[in-house]
Amino acid sequence: MSWQKKILRVNLTEGTCTPEPLNMEWAADYLGQRGLGTKYLVEEVDPKVDPVSPDNKLIFATGPLTGTAASTGARYSVVTKGALTGAIACSNSGGYFGAELKFAGWDMIIFEGKAPKPVYLYINDDQAELIPADEIWGKSVWETDKILHDRHQDPQLKISAIGRSGEEGVMYACIVNDLHRAAGRSGVGTVMGSKNLKAVAVRGTIGVSVKDPQRFMQTVTEKKKILAGNPVTGQGLPTYGTQVLMNVINEVGALPTRNSSAVQFDGASKISGEAMHEPRASDGKTNLVTNQACFGCTIACGRISRIDKEHYTVKNRPEYWGASGGLEYENAWSLGADCGVDDLDALTFANYICNEQGFDPITFGATLAAAMELYEKGVITDADTGGVKLNFGSAEALTTMAEQVGKNEGFGKILGLGSKRLCEKYGHPELSMSVKGQEFPAYDPRGIQGMGLTYATSNRGACHLRSYTVASEILGIPEKTDPLVTGGKAGLVKAFQDATAAVDSSGLCLFTTFAWTLEDFYPQIDAACEGEWTLERLAQTGERIWNLERQFNLAAGFTAQDDTLPKRMLTEPATSGPAKGKVNGLDQMLPEYYELRGWSKEGVPTSDTLQNLGLS
Amino acid sequence: MQRSLYISPDKCTGCLQCEMACSFEHEGTFNPAKSRIKVFTFHSEGRFVPYTCTQCDEAWCKSACPTEAISLDAATGAKMVNDALCVGCKVCTIACPFGTINYNSVTGKVIKCDLCGGDPACAKACPTQAITYIDAEGTGYDRMRAWASRTDNQSAARA
Ligand code: SF4
Ligand code: SF4
Repeated sequence: MSWQKKILRVNLTEGTCTPEPLNMEWAADYLGQRGLGTKYLVEEVDPKVDPVSPDNKLIFATGPLTGTAASTGARYSVVTKGALTGAIACSNSGGYFGAELKFAGWDMIIFEGKAPKPVYLYINDDQAELIPADEIWGKSVWETDKILHDRHQDPQLKISAIGRSGEEGVMYACIVNDLHRAAGRSGVGTVMGSKNLKAVAVRGTIGVSVKDPQRFMQTVTEKKKILAGNPVTGQGLPTYGTQVLMNVINEVGALPTRNSSAVQFDGASKISGEAMHEPRASDGKTNLVTNQACFGCTIACGRISRIDKEHYTVKNRPEYWGASGGLEYENAWSLGADCGVDDLDALTFANYICNEQGFDPITFGATLAAAMELYEKGVITDADTGGVKLNFGSAEALTTMAEQVGKNEGFGKILGLGSKRLCEKYGHPELSMSVKGQEFPAYDPRGIQGMGLTYATSNRGACHLRSYTVASEILGIPEKTDPLVTGGKAGLVKAFQDATAAVDSSGLCLFTTFAWTLEDFYPQIDAACEGEWTLERLAQTGERIWNLERQFNLAAGFTAQDDTLPKRMLTEPATSGPAKGKVNGLDQMLPEYYELRGWSKEGVPTSDTLQNLGLS
Repeated sequence: MQRSLYISPDKCTGCLQCEMACSFEHEGTFNPAKSRIKVFTFHSEGRFVPYTCTQCDEAWCKSACPTEAISLDAATGAKMVNDALCVGCKVCTIACPFGTINYNSVTGKVIKCDLCGGDPACAKACPTQAITYIDAEGTGYDRMRAWASRTDNQSAARA
């Protein structure tokens, strides 16, 4: 119940699709989605594997609450060894695709091997087949979506696809579903492309049932009320989306600006959630058209935007005149503040291109920011860029480079490497703002100390979604801590990491945790799923997942040396705002964190820890 | 008082809680493919439009049915399908100008909105009040109020 108890194994080399029962013992220990997908990967893939070789596997995993009436039951995760990082990768996406996969009767799809020629997977309830992708290979995500809808003559078909970036080996290609929802980070789309797998198209009419329907409906109704009544999930997110944060984070001096050379951006208000609501001087219309929910979501943080038809990016290009997925906070930061650009429509356009061609806007923006710094230092020259002036603040540089990465041409080929490889190539590895090869997102660890430990210890490389201590340090959720001190942050990060791992395995969206705690999750899981789900069991499941991911990374060759931050965060003090004069105090937090985790000084889980978690 | 489902597409976020509630109410499972209410997305316009049966007084589906399987629930005004009489001929699906009665291949019968016996699950589940269940005689009042608020009493008085 709630699990469909069935997975689809697709051997791309052989061209076979085989149903298999879900391993229910593992489901009892790892719940679903992130946890269960990781368990399968760890059991089936050598951690030392080359991420883009046929021996890596790619797992699409739903959670037990995906496709139920629980608010935000939209989510699925893509689990693999990341192309960008070489670490465990798990990228989570909303939209409608995940629920549709569940309605078709599947908990998970495991892709293995590599197709001799490009293919896509078509699923219609229990029927699954691989179909030649000749017509869509080389096409964008948006073209692919249209062609497959037309070919199968089914408007209800839900499609998840890679664009050209995934085909051409851009290191941070993502997998985009429903046109603008993405499993965005760590290069999961690069792995998909390396397997010659273009898309997954699903239609599901079987539905999902739960263990105790009456109790489940009663519980989810109660929990939906909590979301509606909470100021963040009931008002802030629906009105401004995650962009509610732009002005807030700028004010606290934690908005990484111009490749983190500053922590405040003078153009922040121009690219904020508030600005998306303001009529443009040019055409009197607002950038924001409406908000949109993912499947089952009663928060509805998604942004649907429209660019002024006269804006230089879309003038005479009617294909970009319609409404489409608009700016989330992380993207507005990476394409905006981090590159010093304050032209809202230009950022929106760059974001469209990321969705259309399927590459991660966080890594792209952060990589361009590093390239801009190298350009201003004279290390990268006009000869490298084909004459494009890569100055901070140039909207033209941003949108030109977004299109070049999308087509994998010109300097876009170099930008497609990601910041770590790019900065190494030009002899300045210290200018890549990344951890374990992945660029960090929109919170400067000098202004929000806990985020330093978050980035340093995140299992998938720098990431805000592994322990969002911003909630506590800035927003006071569940309680306020001082963003400028390191004391207590080790415990905070561990608690957030474990809880997040559990939430990411349920099928629900992490954004509910602005209003909910695990106390609100376990009754919904317990009413839906077999077995008895208590708070303790759920919390322990999260901790088990964290340690399992850690073990995969250790076996892949990562060590405590990799639990660190770019030098800039540790040695160059913030130049303005409340954090002025501060660096990140990682060395004060990391040893305590290892201890709390039950890991050795070398960051390795002790045998006691593993035993307690049932991992030995 | 007879009540109607009243739909305000401008409030809809496309969350499909209504489709889930509908399928749960009627099928006992979460399965939007079997929902009697459907939400349509017009992506490039950024619009989501919920659509379902409006319970015509002189219902085309009811008139067309050769087995008299469709009847009126006098309390709610809903047109009800009697599964025992429905033979799955689908004539009603052709007759309905709005397409809101549809064939279910699993049961071989047609399905349509029955107003859940007077307590529609979709309206209860909708988080944005895009679907409400209100006095059938006042479904225009919201829009009337909106236009009324634009009426400029003062300049009218001056004139
Ligand atoms: S909160 Fe936002 S991201 Fe999460 S499910 Fe709702 S709309 Fe999707
Ligand atoms: S529940 Fe309401 S907001 Fe959600 S899709 Fe249905 S009508 Fe729209």
